[in-house]
Parts: sequence; structure tokens; C-alpha cells
Amino acid sequence: MGRFLLSRLVDGIVAIWGVVTIVFVVSRLLGDPAILLLPVGATEEQLQQLRAGLGLDQPIWEQYLTFLGGVVRGDFGNSFQFMRPALSVVLERMPATMALAESALLVGVVLGAVAGSMAALFRGTIVEGVVMLLALLGQATPVFWLGLLLILLFAVDLGLLPTGGYEGPASLILPALTLGTFTTASIARLLRSGMLDVMKDDHVRTARAKGLLPGTVFLWHVARNSLIPVVTMVGILAGELLGGSVVTETVFSWPGVGRLIVQAMEAKDFPVVQAGVMVIATIFVVINLFVDLLYGLLDPRIRARR
Amino acid sequence: MALLAIEDLSVGFAREGRFARVIPGLTYGVEAGETLGIVGESGSGKSVHALALLGLLPQPPGRILGGRAVFDGHDLLAMSEARLRDLRGGRIGMIFQDPMTALNPVLTIGRQIAEPLMRHKAMSMRQALDRAADLLALVGIRDGARRLSQYPHEFSGGMRQRVMIAIAISCEPALLIADEPTTALDVTVQGQILDLMAELRDRLRMTMVWITHDMGVVAGIADTIQVMYAGRIMERGPVDAVFANPRSAYTYGLLQSLPHGSRPPGGRLMQIPGCPPDMFAPPPGDPFAPRNPFATPRCHVEAPPLRPVPDSVPGHMVAAWYDLPRLLA
Amino acid sequence: MREVWRALTRRSGWLGLLGATLLVVLVLLAIFGPWLDLPDPTRTNLRARMVAPTLSWFSLGAHPLGTDQLGRDILSRIIAGSRVTLMVAGAAVLLGGVLGTLLGLISGYFGGWVDRILMRLVDIQLALPLMLLALMVVAALGPSLRNLVGVLALVSWVRYARIVRGQVLAVREREFVQSARAIGASHPRIILRHILPNVLTPALVVATLELARVIVLEAGLSFLGLGIQPPDPSWGRMLADGRTYISSAWWIITFPGLALMLTVLAVNLLGDWLRDFFDPRLAVR
Ligand SMILES: Nc1ncnc2c1ncn2[C@@H]1O[C@H](COP(=O)(O)OP(=O)(O)O)[C@@H](O)[C@H]1O
Ligand code: SF4
Ligand SMILES: [Mg+2]
Repeated sequence: MGRFLLSRLVDGIVAIWGVVTIVFVVSRLLGDPAILLLPVGATEEQLQQLRAGLGLDQPIWEQYLTFLGGVVRGDFGNSFQFMRPALSVVLERMPATMALAESALLVGVVLGAVAGSMAALFRGTIVEGVVMLLALLGQATPVFWLGLLLILLFAVDLGLLPTGGYEGPASLILPALTLGTFTTASIARLLRSGMLDVMKDDHVRTARAKGLLPGTVFLWHVARNSLIPVVTMVGILAGELLGGSVVTETVFSWPGVGRLIVQAMEAKDFPVVQAGVMVIATIFVVINLFVDLLYGLLDPRIRARR
Repeated sequence: MALLAIEDLSVGFAREGRFARVIPGLTYGVEAGETLGIVGESGSGKSVHALALLGLLPQPPGRILGGRAVFDGHDLLAMSEARLRDLRGGRIGMIFQDPMTALNPVLTIGRQIAEPLMRHKAMSMRQALDRAADLLALVGIRDGARRLSQYPHEFSGGMRQRVMIAIAISCEPALLIADEPTTALDVTVQGQILDLMAELRDRLRMTMVWITHDMGVVAGIADTIQVMYAGRIMERGPVDAVFANPRSAYTYGLLQSLPHGSRPPGGRLMQIPGCPPDMFAPPPGDPFAPRNPFATPRCHVEAPPLRPVPDSVPGHMVAAWYDLPRLLA
Repeated sequence: MREVWRALTRRSGWLGLLGATLLVVLVLLAIFGPWLDLPDPTRTNLRARMVAPTLSWFSLGAHPLGTDQLGRDILSRIIAGSRVTLMVAGAAVLLGGVLGTLLGLISGYFGGWVDRILMRLVDIQLALPLMLLALMVVAALGPSLRNLVGVLALVSWVRYARIVRGQVLAVREREFVQSARAIGASHPRIILRHILPNVLTPALVVATLELARVIVLEAGLSFLGLGIQPPDPSWGRMLADGRTYISSAWWIITFPGLALMLTVLAVNLLGDWLRDFFDPRLAVR
């Protein structure tokens, strides 16, 4: 187990290093940041000065090492917009993003688990049909459109909830629902098919042969065994969730990292973009590390193989 | 009085719009204290009828078409699912063929043995686990207390089957149905499990229905043998009488295919040629007739009833239109 | 063919059939849109701004789905948008598919360090949410149609590479490959003649699943203003523009989104069915 943990940790670090490299390469594709930074009509001398200041006159690999060193120290340079370290600008927005992503995940897991279980328990009935239809629609509905529809319905027409912003729990409801829908739908579908498979397994027949109550059979011998693929799915969905948060935050004017990145892009504030992308990629890697650990907890066979 | 009396049990399966009566109407009884060995090639409806008794038949595709199965004075097929649940794992235990898949891979062995105890004996988890450790010792697994916290993958096939046995006998059932409990195991382990079951049966005074496709296994454990084919009883009677004096061509064939041991003198080692009938299009007469070299013309059009064998011990019954000993002579 | 038909008409198959039908209708609309007698999707008419849908039981009316804030006909714009969307997504999926399949073939066939490096690359890219990667690259290169296709292809190659590699590993040791090798066939010949045919089916399944993903991603980028640029109509952009008028003209955001959802639904249904039909093991999404 210890060795396994270590090797997953190394994998994670390599992945993050890869992301750093991608970010560096992309940032060099931008062309000369010095030209972008200075007002139009700056002199050649001013340009040279700025390039030297940014280290752009160094060979490319040296720039890369400098960049890498900066990332390790958490130094992405100063935000062009805010004139403060980019990382701290990003980290200030983290609580909002985490609140949104966590609520969305909660919505997704709880609703998805309930819906998927219902569909499996009531297979062949209208319940299964309705759940599966909704799940198909949920997977096909793009987040930003869903967000707009919910605003239209609950904020504009019914006036029940705010259209956006970040004031109190009420303003969290619509964004969380919006972002959580895809997760809900995916988990519901996966859990249903997983449970239907498990229900056919021999060990469920054994459980019934023991005379166990239906609730016990379902919880301990069906649901418990269907969790593993769901956990994998949560790891994958975390990516969709973090990516989706960019759009959702924009739709709902939610002051999180996603919206910050989009705004920074429009303002060509690259240090903030880089810091934001790095932070989100790191969260994603950490989540998947947890998912791997969770596997071992859920499945003793996997634990043994490690 | 019979502990279990099955009357005219009839079970079918629907598949792709067609329907097969896999068990066309089965009648037999098991006396208290008796061990009944049910033998037959795979596909002859042995498992299906046992699952149907306990309400474990997957429905759909399966369907119980009729009949009664009176256990201890009550019809299992007519009682509510809740009452049947009280019997399952309590007064009726069941063991399945494949120990590799019959246990839940993600729960500890301890929990899996404790479950029926908590359900039927109103034990707490603590008490049930203590009892589970004793049960492991009873089925010959040493170091039970430690092994309770292990998972099925940490046990060998034979060990897992011992765990299954521990689960099945945990509530000291009056009736134990064992569906090919040794088929999936290798030969040496088979013998050990067989001995263990015989010992437990005697110690707990259980009535037992032992399902197998191996005549040799039946000889070792059963009092009565019942040979089944295509959902019907071909022959039935005390083990000694049937082995010494088989009256159905099918029984005769099964005995011939035994590699060693109790075989009528002069028999050669053989396999019964052909394969069981397609239950979606069953032959009109005796289902075994197409494979039976002794079949008479009547066999092909009319299924014979199960009748006592006139010149044998009481309880020896056969379904045949011909007289096998005369044909063999 | 008969087998395909049987599978399509089975209970689980009619959903796939529905998806395929929807998709065919969409593609036909996209192709023959310009020949339909509809208003010019880019012609503004400030006197007919934000006209509510005129669709009724008996007639289409002048603007069946209404007009937008500049008085452009929404139905024409949706149909014109489907052309752009389907072209961009189709090109991206094709490009990503060819690239991913090729790299997957190489990775699986040669194994060793090539394989290790390529699969590491896959892992790394998967550690970056698609949306962010696409955002960064588009922001860097500028939002042109060509860049958009490139980015979307870049974003989707990994899934092909993974599945194809796995399939190659399964096929590589089979007899026909071994015997081809024994005769002394060259590597490219073995890969193209003997292995490629065996990986096309899974690649096709991935392509359908990717198509849905890429369509949504494109719409998302356009929504953020980084995808398809005006005056080309695009569903994502229409949604972004309509946002401002959400309280006065619900139709501006409703219909383009509906079109987007139906398209994705159609592709998903078809993809699910293809996956179940060809290989249920690909179910890892
Ligand atoms: N789930 C099922 N669906 C359809 N047919 C089944 C099913 N289970 C069993 N059968 C059929 O019932 C018959 C008896 O099977 P079974 O009782 O398992 O045989 P045995 O246990 O004697 O080997 C076989 O013909 C088999 O094809
Ligand atoms: S009844 Fe006829 S077919 Fe059936 S076993 Fe006897 S002889 Fe054979
Ligand atoms: Mg059986």
C-alpha cells in the first residue's frame, strides 16, 4: 500500500509537471508578451528593457527552467491587471469555486445515486423509463444553456432566486443545479446498469438464500458492490465539473477561478491565466489520487493486489 | 411424515418469445432424517426446481406454472414472500455450486456468516461474529477468529465452500439443499467436503437434498437416489437397490459411465451418446427415448409414468415401458 | 446488415435508431439549408427586433422562431449555425481520430519507450480539464475557424489513442499478425494491412462519443466568445448574445440551446447504441 501510494504520488507529480510544460509552451505561442504589455508606440529601447526584465532575452530552455522554478515556489509573476502576485489573486477566488464544485458534486452524487437506484429497483416500470429519459436529456444538455433556462424559469419568470452573484446560500442553488446535472445524469445511468449487472450475480442469490430482508440485500449486496465504477466515474467527472465551472461561473457571474480565468484571458493577463490553470489542474490530480485510494477501501481485491 | 413433499411442481422459462416447460410436473417427497441424492446430466432441471422451491428463481424469465411444495405442513409455493424469507437461511439452508462466485467479494467472511444469525436468531453483530468463529471451526477452518476479518479472495475454492457450508448451517436448518456443492472443486477436496457434510448432517440431524451429476458422489452420501432427466424422474429408490439393479436405461447409462466403483458386473466404461432434448421443442414421448438404444416404439410417443418396480425392494420406482434386466440378459 | 437491422429494432435499439434518424435530419437540414426559402441568417432588420415566434398550429409565419436583438431570423440562424457546428466538429473529430488512431497504433505495436512516453502524454493531457486546455490554446492562437478545429482535434486525440492501443495489444499476438511477421512483412504493412482493420470499429465508437463532446466544447468556447466568430452564426454565440435579453425575449436563448441539445442527444443515442452493439467493454467513458 505504501509503495502504491508513492507511485501514484509520483504519477501525479509527473502529470502536474506536464501541465506546467503545456502551459509554458502555450504561453510562448502567444508571441512576444513585451509587445502586448506595452502601450502602442513604445520605443524599441523600452521593449528591450522589458524583455530583459521578463527574462525573455535568455535562451528558451533557461526561460523554461526559470518558469518551472517559479511554479515550484508558487511564483507566477504579478497580475497585469491587479499588480499583485497572480497566485494570490487566484487563491482568493478559490473558496467560491470550491463551494460551487462541492455543491454540484453533492447534488450529482446524491440525486444520481437516488435516481440510479430507483431505476434499478423498479426496472421495467415507468419509473425506470422516466429516470433514464431524464438522464439522457441531462447528459445532452450543455451547462451554459441549462444555466440560462434555470435563470429564465426561477429568476426571471418566478422571481424565486437571484439571477447570479454571490450572496448567501440562495445564490448557490441555481449554479449548483446547473453544474451538477451532467454529474447526476452520468451517475444515474452508470449506477443503474452497474446494479442491474450485480443483481444477476451469484452472491446476491446467496444473500437472498440467507433470508435477508430486501433492504439488506440491496444495500449490502447490490449497492455496496456497484460503488466501484461510480467512484471511477466521479474521478472522470471531476474534470467535467472543473471545466464546466468555467462556463457556469460566467453564466451566473459567480466570482470563482473559472470566471477569473476567462476575464484574465480577455485582459491578456497571462500570469493569472497560468496560475489559474495550474491550480485547477492540481485540484484535479489530487481528486484522482483520492479516487485511487478510495478504490482500495471499497474493493479488498484491489487492496490485496497493491 | 415427509418433511418436504413436492406435488406436480411445474416450471417454465420464456426466452425470445418462446416458452419452455423445463419441469413438466414433478412429484416426490423427502422423509425427515433422509438424505436424498438427485442425479442427472446438467440441464435436467435440478437447480431450477430447487430454486423454485425457495422462491429464488429469477422471474422473469422463469415462471412457476403450478404445483405444491409442502414443507413442515406449509406450502412453500403458496406462502407470502415474507414468510418464505423467514424460512430461507433459517429452517431451510442452501449451498450453491460455485464457491468462487457465491460469496460477496467485498464483504468480510465474518459479516457474511453473521448475517443469517442476526436475521433469524436475533443476535447482535458481536454475538453473531463469536458464533461465526465457532462455525468456522465446525467446518474445519482453523484460526477462525482471525479469518473472520478476511475477504473471499483470501480463501481457496475448498475453503470458500466450507464458508458456504458454515453459512448454510449457521441457523441449524431442518432441511439442507446442496446444489452440486463439490462439482467445482478438485477431486481430493471433493472427498473432504463430502465427509464434512456427512458428519455435520449426522451431528445436526439434518434432512438433506443433495444435487449432483455424479453417481459416485451419491453412493457416498445418500440414502435414496432419484435420477432426473429433462425435468422428470426416471428412476428412484434406495441407493443400494438402484445401484445393484437399475431399471431405467438412463440410470444404467449413468452407472456405466462411472470410472470405477459400484458398477453392475460386466459393464464397460461408456458415455451416453447424444445430448438432452431442446426444452423449447420437447419430444412427444419419453424425452430420453431418442438417445435410448432400448427404446420401444411406444417410448417415442407416450411418456411412461413412474411406477413401483414389482420385483424389487419397496420404494424402488421406475418410469419405463420396458423391462431392462430382460433386455440386458 | 441484417444483423445490424435486428439489433436496431430490438428494444434497446430503437433509441439508437431514433438518434440516427435525428442526426440524418440535422445533416440534411445543414446541407440543404441554403435552398430552403428562409430569410438570410445574417441580414439585420432593426425594425423587426426581437419579434416573438410566429409559429402556430396552422402556419409558420414570417419568423417561426422569432428574431434576435438585431432582427435576424432565428430559425435561419439555427440552420446556418448547424452547418458551421457540424463542419467544425466533424473536421475536428476526423483529425483527432486520425491522429489518435495513428499514435495508438504506434504505441501499441512498438511498445517500449515509445509506448511509455505516449501514454504518459495521454495521462498528462487527461490531467487538464478539456475546457481549460482549449481555452488556453485558443486564447494564445486567436479564435479563427482553423485554430478552433485544431484545438478541438488536439483535445480529443487521447481517447482514440487509449482505446486503439488497448485493442492493438490484444491483436498483436494473434496468429495472423505473427505469421505476417514471420513472412517478413514490413512494420507499416503489418500495421496497416493486418492491425488497422481490427481497430477501426472501436475507433468509430470513440468517434461518435467524441463528436458529442466536441460539439458541446465548441459551443462552450463560442459562448465565451472564443469559438466561431461573427458574422458566422453559431449556437453558442447566439446563446451568449441572447443572455442580455433573457428577461424580454426568451426565444433567443431557448431555440439555439434546444438545437444543441437535440444534436448532442442524437449523437449520444447513436454512440451508446454503437458501443453496445460492437463492444460493451468500451463502456468506460
Ligand atoms: N435463467 C434461465 N433462463 C432460461 N433458461 C434457463 C435458465 N436457467 C435454467 N434454464 C433452463 O432450465 C433447464 C434446467 O436447468 P438447470 O436446472 O440449471 O439444470 P441442472 O441444474 O440440472 O444442470 C435447462 O434447460 C436450462 O436451459
Ligand atoms: S421410457 Fe422408453 S425412452 Fe424412456 S427410458 Fe424407458 S425405455 Fe427409454
Ligand atoms: Mg445445476
